[in-house]
Amino acid sequence: MTEKPKNEIKLIIERCKGCRFCVEFCPQHILYQSDEVNSKGYRIVDVADISKCDQCNTCSMVCPEFAINVVSIEAKPVKDGEVVCLSQDT
Amino acid sequence: MTKVIVSNQKHPLDTYLRTDRLPHIWCPGCGIGAVLHAFLRALLDSGVDLKKVALVSGIGCTGRVAGYVRLDSFHTTHGRALPFATGLKIANPELKLVVFSGDGDLIAIGGNHFIHAARRNIDMTVICVNNFNYGMTGGQLGPTTPLTGRTTTTMRGNIEEPFNIPYLAAAAGAVYIARWTTAHIHSLEHSIGEALAKKGFSLVEAISPCPTYYGRMNKQPTGLDQIRYFRYNSIVRHGIDPRLVGIEANGQIVVGKFVDIERPYIPGATGSGNGRTT
Repeated sequence: MTEKPKNEIKLIIERCKGCRFCVEFCPQHILYQSDEVNSKGYRIVDVADISKCDQCNTCSMVCPEFAINVVSIEAKPVKDGEVVCLSQDT
Repeated sequence: MTKVIVSNQKHPLDTYLRTDRLPHIWCPGCGIGAVLHAFLRALLDSGVDLKKVALVSGIGCTGRVAGYVRLDSFHTTHGRALPFATGLKIANPELKLVVFSGDGDLIAIGGNHFIHAARRNIDMTVICVNNFNYGMTGGQLGPTTPLTGRTTTTMRGNIEEPFNIPYLAAAAGAVYIARWTTAHIHSLEHSIGEALAKKGFSLVEAISPCPTYYGRMNKQPTGLDQIRYFRYNSIVRHGIDPRLVGIEANGQIVVGKFVDIERPYIPGATGSGNGRTT
């Protein structure tokens, strides 16, 4: 049984240079370097199991390329009954 | 299992970066981008008015930082980031001055300016990214290369004693000195935030991998090898005497906050209050 993912890891593919810092520092070990390459030939990272993500943002912090970040996709009702996606914006 | 990687996304810090220049020129595995990320987060958390922030950098890999941030930034001549920032601060004491430069720029060519800016205790924050060599020009020996460390100009190992940057700054009179590596990114962010809030000459030394030149010559060919070395060979010692924190090749790296004192600073606390003379 897998839990419904609460977070989403977003990668700007063209910025990734495949340095694997995020893979090394992820406390849940859910990132790995895939065989896919971007237009510059760097092997980009991918997510193995997003449901384990705790949104600690360490992958975003260690990324020297400003390529990866985590956003929350928890849907919460607002006043008029609509449902919006809350993203973590600074 | 779950594929959530999406392209054409916006990074939360894109507002503060000149995204048309990204991806940046730094090598895969270089840590300067991570230090810049920590600095931007610390700057946003500190609540400083971004219109009153001036970021000055010199020449070198780290000197490129000034071209990537959407702040008032200045890319100065080699080693002259500190005198340029001193002039800015004296002319307009309301500015928040940040000098973001490398070890070759601040400690080698700008070494004299460094000790005198610390002696005068000019109110500014200095972030010195130390990668142990001159990265941009081909990995030559620098004044921070550890003893026996190999570079492209010292193939049999360095025979010179390197500078101990925190000790140099403490002896010259800096009021806040911390050192972290890119493996301690949360502590680095916290220290940069403290340095931004500190009045006076505050220095944060960020040790960064340089896989293309220094790491490759010293049996750590990728940035990952170097950052693993930093992660597992660092020891946190807050408040330790800075003379004991010299870096040796293949030795332990002492990190932490070494100095946090109060001293009269320029401009502001002395004279008319704004440092201007008429």
